[in-house]
Amino acid sequence: MWHDAAVMAGKDLRIELRSRVATNQVAPFALLVLVLFAFALDPDRGVLARAAAGLFWVAVLFCALLAIQRAFAVEATDGARDNLRLSGLDPAAIFLGKAGAIAAELGVLEVLLGAGVVVLYNRALHGPALLVVTCVLATIGLAAAGTLYGALAAGLRVRETLLPLLLLPVVAPVLLAATRASEAALGGSPGDGWPWVRLLGVFAVIYVAFGVVAFGPLLEESS
Amino acid sequence: MRSETGTRVLGTLAVAALAVLAVMALVVTPPDVNQQDAVRLFYIHVPLATVMYVAFGITALASVLYLLPRTRARKWDLLAGASAEIGVVFTGLTLLTGSIWGRTTWGVWWTWDARLTTTALLFVLFLGYLALRRTTGDTDARAKRNAIAALAVSIDLPIVHKSVEWWRTLHQKSSLLDEETFLHPHIHGSMYWTAMLGIGAFVLLFAWLLIHRYRLALLADRVEDQGLERAIAERRAEVLTGAR
Repeated sequence: MWHDAAVMAGKDLRIELRSRVATNQVAPFALLVLVLFAFALDPDRGVLARAAAGLFWVAVLFCALLAIQRAFAVEATDGARDNLRLSGLDPAAIFLGKAGAIAAELGVLEVLLGAGVVVLYNRALHGPALLVVTCVLATIGLAAAGTLYGALAAGLRVRETLLPLLLLPVVAPVLLAATRASEAALGGSPGDGWPWVRLLGVFAVIYVAFGVVAFGPLLEESS
Repeated sequence: MRSETGTRVLGTLAVAALAVLAVMALVVTPPDVNQQDAVRLFYIHVPLATVMYVAFGITALASVLYLLPRTRARKWDLLAGASAEIGVVFTGLTLLTGSIWGRTTWGVWWTWDARLTTTALLFVLFLGYLALRRTTGDTDARAKRNAIAALAVSIDLPIVHKSVEWWRTLHQKSSLLDEETFLHPHIHGSMYWTAMLGIGAFVLLFAWLLIHRYRLALLADRVEDQGLERAIAERRAEVLTGAR
C-alpha cells in the first residue's frame, strides 16, 4: 500500500513540476493574498504583524483550495479516473498518495508564505519546534480532509463553487487551532500552543483514517 | 390509508401541543426574575435546539445504515436527506431566536460564545451537505456520496465544538455570558413544565414534518425512476398509432 501511495504521490508531483501550475499560478497567488491583507489592514499600526498568524493560515487555506481543485482536475480529463480504477492500485493508497502530494505542495507554499510573513509583515519567527509541528499536523489534516472532499466534489458540474462550501467549515478547527498554536509560538509562550497541536493531531488522524476507509466506495461509484 | 390517518392524528396533536405551548409560554408562566419577558423565547428556543440535534442524529444514523452493505437501501438516503433539511430549518430558527434573545438580554445580536459559534458552523456544514445532495448524477453514486459527506460532517462536529470551546475559554476568562446562570437557570413550577411541553410539541412537529418530507422524497424518487420509462413507452405508442 505504501509503495502504491508513493507511486501516486510521485505521479501527481511530477505533473505539478512539469505543468508548473503550482509554481506559476498558485505560489504567486499566495503572495498576492499576503499583499491584499496588507491593503486591507493598516501595516503601519501593527495590526498586520499582530494578525500575522491568522492571516498566514487563511492564505494557506485559500491555496489549499486551489491545490485540491487542481489535484482532481488532472484526473477529470482523458478518462483518467477510469484508468485510475483499472490500474489496480488500492483506493486507500490512492487517497494517501493524493493527500501526500497535496501536503507536499502545501508544505512548500507554507515555507514561501512564512518567508513572506517575515519579510512583508516584519514578524520575527520564534518557537521553531512548535511552529514546525503545527505546520506538519495542520498540513496533514488539511490535505486529508481536502482530498476526501475533493473526491466528493470531483466530476460534479458545480464542483468549483461546492468545494469551498463543503470544505471550509469542516477545516475551521484546523484554522482555529493552527492559528492559536502559531500565535503561541510567535508570542514566545509555546506552552499555550501544545494543546492546540494535540487537537490538530486528532483532526489529522481522524480524517486520514476516514479517508482511507471511505475512498474506496467513493472512487468506485462517483464516476 | 391507515398510515395517513396516523400522520393526521400526529399532525393534529402537534398543532394542539403548539397551541397549548403558546398559551402557557405567553400567558400562564410568570416573567423571569432576571430576564423578564425575554425568558419566554426559551420555550421555543430550547425545543428548536433539541430537535436540531435529533434531526442531525437521524441523518448520521441513516447515513451509516446506508453505507453498511447489509442494510443498504435507498430509503436510508432519502430519510437522511429529509431529516437534514428539517434540521437545517430548525438550526436557522435556533440561531434566529437565540439572536433575538441575545439582543434583548445582552444587548447584542451576536456574540462569539462557544455554543453560538458551533451552531453557526453546524448550520453552514449542513447547508453544504444539502447543496451536495442537490447535485445530479447516477442515483446510487449520489446516495453513497451523500452518506460519506454526512459522516464526514458528523465526525467533524465534536472537533469543532472542542476547538471553539477552547478558543473562547482561553481568550475570555471572564465574560458577561456566565453560562451557568444564563443558559441553565434553575427553573421550576409552570416554567419547567412549559419547557418540557415545548420540547414535546416540537418533537411531534418534527416527526410530522419528517414523515411528510420522507414520503415526498420517496415519491419524487419513484417519479425519477419511472418517468423516463413511461415517457418512452408513451412516445412509442404515439408513433405507432400515428404510423397506422
